[in-house]
Amino acid sequence: MSGGIRLAGALPGQKRSHGRSADRVGDGVLYGLCMLASLLAVVAIGAIAYQVIDGASASISRFGLGFLTHSTWKPNFGTFGAATFLYGTAVTSLAALLLAVPLGISIGLYLSMMAPRRVRGVIGPLVEMLAAVPSVILGFWGILVFGPFLQRHLEPFLHHVLGFLPIFGTPSTTGSGLFNASLILTIMVVPIIASISRDLFLTVPQELQDGATALGATRWEVLRGVVLPSAASGVAAAAFLGLGRALGEAIAVTQVIGAGNVIHASLFQTGDTLASRIADQYQGAATPQLVASLFYLGVILLVIGLLANIAAQWIARRFDVRMVAAR
Amino acid sequence: MTDLPGPSYEMTGLPGSAGQPAAEDPDALGPLAMDLPAGSGPLTPSGHLRRRQLISRLAEASQTTAALLAVAMLGILVYSVASRGASVLSIGFLTKDPPVLSGVAGGGIAPAIVGTALIMAVATAIAMPMGILAALYLTEFAGRWSARAVRLALDLLNGLPTIVVGLFVFGLLVVGHHQSGFAGSFALAIIMLPLIARATQEVLLLVPPSLREAADALGVSHWRTVLGVVLPTARGGILTATVLAVARAAGETAPLIFVCSIFGNTASLNLFGQALPNIPVYIFNASEAAEPYGFARAWGAAFVLLAFILLANLGGRALGRRGSMSPR
Repeated sequence: MSGGIRLAGALPGQKRSHGRSADRVGDGVLYGLCMLASLLAVVAIGAIAYQVIDGASASISRFGLGFLTHSTWKPNFGTFGAATFLYGTAVTSLAALLLAVPLGISIGLYLSMMAPRRVRGVIGPLVEMLAAVPSVILGFWGILVFGPFLQRHLEPFLHHVLGFLPIFGTPSTTGSGLFNASLILTIMVVPIIASISRDLFLTVPQELQDGATALGATRWEVLRGVVLPSAASGVAAAAFLGLGRALGEAIAVTQVIGAGNVIHASLFQTGDTLASRIADQYQGAATPQLVASLFYLGVILLVIGLLANIAAQWIARRFDVRMVAAR
Repeated sequence: MTDLPGPSYEMTGLPGSAGQPAAEDPDALGPLAMDLPAGSGPLTPSGHLRRRQLISRLAEASQTTAALLAVAMLGILVYSVASRGASVLSIGFLTKDPPVLSGVAGGGIAPAIVGTALIMAVATAIAMPMGILAALYLTEFAGRWSARAVRLALDLLNGLPTIVVGLFVFGLLVVGHHQSGFAGSFALAIIMLPLIARATQEVLLLVPPSLREAADALGVSHWRTVLGVVLPTARGGILTATVLAVARAAGETAPLIFVCSIFGNTASLNLFGQALPNIPVYIFNASEAAEPYGFARAWGAAFVLLAFILLANLGGRALGRRGSMSPR
């Protein structure tokens, strides 16, 4: 508490000569500034929603909700539909979650329950650093290093072993496609789920775990019977945050998904997501109709992105989970 | 197999420690041994228990594997970038302009470094005070409902797809005008604001109430308490929050590609005139252009960016650990 004492010694309270009116002004100014900053944050959300919807209005009034079910995207012919991108977004995000949730939970369990303190102090920050790798670098690596590896090794293997499933069709020619995008998204989502679930598992009361151990439960049974259930809602919230991240990731996905216009059952084929299509066309956004349609994709993305986040917040609040510095 | 001493009724499931006490003190554990099926030695797992312990050990092994996988992933990424980036890295790479023509080796990324530094500086100058003020509002002034609203707004802002932020700033500042470095700063500031605000709020909550009460008891006005006691006490944590937010925003590409992506080959400090070259968009453009010399330069740029971000991350954490308070 030495810091506190030093600070208290430096209190401006010693200079009383400033008087009360100055204090009243100071209090008012501080309050006003804080209020203003908070208000701006609230206004920003509204302004973003308004701006994006406004930009999309031409496309919304022309295509209506049919935009969601229409799968042709031909800027030169003035026809636009988002179905391919909705499909791509759903497939890549769900595939990423399917892989990232068990992986993230496992890492969270390892860091909170198994690892010795020293190891925890090293691996924990390393996992968080994985989240700090910029998406553009991850995507760049995804095209040049990861894609060729997938194309040469993993995709033929999966096709050979599980080829009877339509999702593991003929391997791609370039390594770009839904599969690559899903795996890149997994890499981005795992650290989020891992660090949140680690923090959650650390809050599970030790007495509960000791009780289960005393009843003869093995270590895994303690985790499955006590730790996981008492943190389940928090893990669900973390999964929704991860989903929000995966849905909205534009850059890395654009780089590795191959910008396809057709819905394919096979994960090894190209596709596109809502976010990646917006990012694709950033420089070619020529006609007003195309710009409006890109904004329309933005509206859809905004809605589902916000829904995923609100779901996460709602679960967290409902079950009184504290998530510090999520993401 | 069954007569080997092995893990058994030992509580924590640590292997190899159950055999000893059985040999030394058979009486104390006698009743347990009686429960075992005939044919197995004292305190030897059999059948069902053996399977449960096997499952437990498999589960632990897979958790360890998952953690190692994540670390290996980071290692592979850093190695890929470093091994390819280091070969182009030189003083010239950091100080020269990129070549005017594509398909040419050599040149550097100086304009992009300057641009990213400038864009980040302005974004931080916008987001840091705003974030701290919003955090102060949450901890010092807000009532129950207003705090809830502000916190929700910040969390939603944080969860917003960054490409949507790019679209927003594109519609707000670029349509009808032109791309500019400031538009990029503005977009990145929107991304940094919730990060700084929420982390700062966590730190402010850690300031001991006794300090505040001491200031109150001395008759110090509220604003002086905030400026003289609360903020200085939380300084370390606020710095950590800011550094981490900078590390996060410096690599963001999605908000920039609509507002600050069509730029020339020379460095510029003109924030409002035109789009400023910047590292993330440079890498993105190179990756879309598919040209080998461009790839080489992009690996170099990726190396510079990744090194900065990882070092900033480490630095931010160290700062937080050394200071009196940190978000974690």
